[in-house]
Amino acid sequence: MIYRVLYFASLRDHAGMDSERVDSLALDPRALYSELRARHGFAMSEDRLRVAVNGAFAPWEQHLHEGDEVVFLPPVSGG
Amino acid sequence: MFKLSEFPIDSTALARELAHASAGACVTFEGWVRDHNAGRKVQRLGYQAYGALAQSEGERIIAEAREKFAIIDAHCVHRTGTLEIGELAVWVGVSAAHRDAAFDACRYIIDDVKKRVPIWKNEHYADGESGWLHPDNTPVKP
Repeated sequence: MIYRVLYFASLRDHAGMDSERVDSLALDPRALYSELRARHGFAMSEDRLRVAVNGAFAPWEQHLHEGDEVVFLPPVSGG
Repeated sequence: MFKLSEFPIDSTALARELAHASAGACVTFEGWVRDHNAGRKVQRLGYQAYGALAQSEGERIIAEAREKFAIIDAHCVHRTGTLEIGELAVWVGVSAAHRDAAFDACRYIIDDVKKRVPIWKNEHYADGESGWLHPDNTPVKP
């Protein structure tokens, strides 16, 4: 399936891009992150991240659909 | 109202929008860019935000504050992009009939915005390094 993945903060630095189109067999964010982590060498483990799908917080087990926008959110630090 | 802004925040105009005949108190908070953190000299900050989710989560926090506290109105605006020392990074304003609710709601909004809204602060240090921070301003270890 094709997903659109957005990167922020340290993940953006590691990936060297803001976003990418990913063709993957992963069916949930957990499997997708594990695949992207291996590809980009992300140091951050999934227990440090939150997930958003199509602009809303989502569980790691959420079933993904073709064209979903998936974001792995590092610890936030606004203010 | 919650808003991200890539331009300087006009706090005077925002405070005016909170005015109401039944308001007896207005509490505002300004978060400024300071020149140091955790013993290191900071030259400037860069803020990134996940716009869509930051907007909805920010609006949710304002709505929660309205439910929890007896307030009349509340605004929060957070900057994105590159900010220099002394610049206004985040502004919160709350109007209420009485000061207790205004203070409590203002505190609630800034605390939860820092904890929950997908905005990231990158500190650029005087030695040329830079680093992403946690909500408590400790570095994010990779």
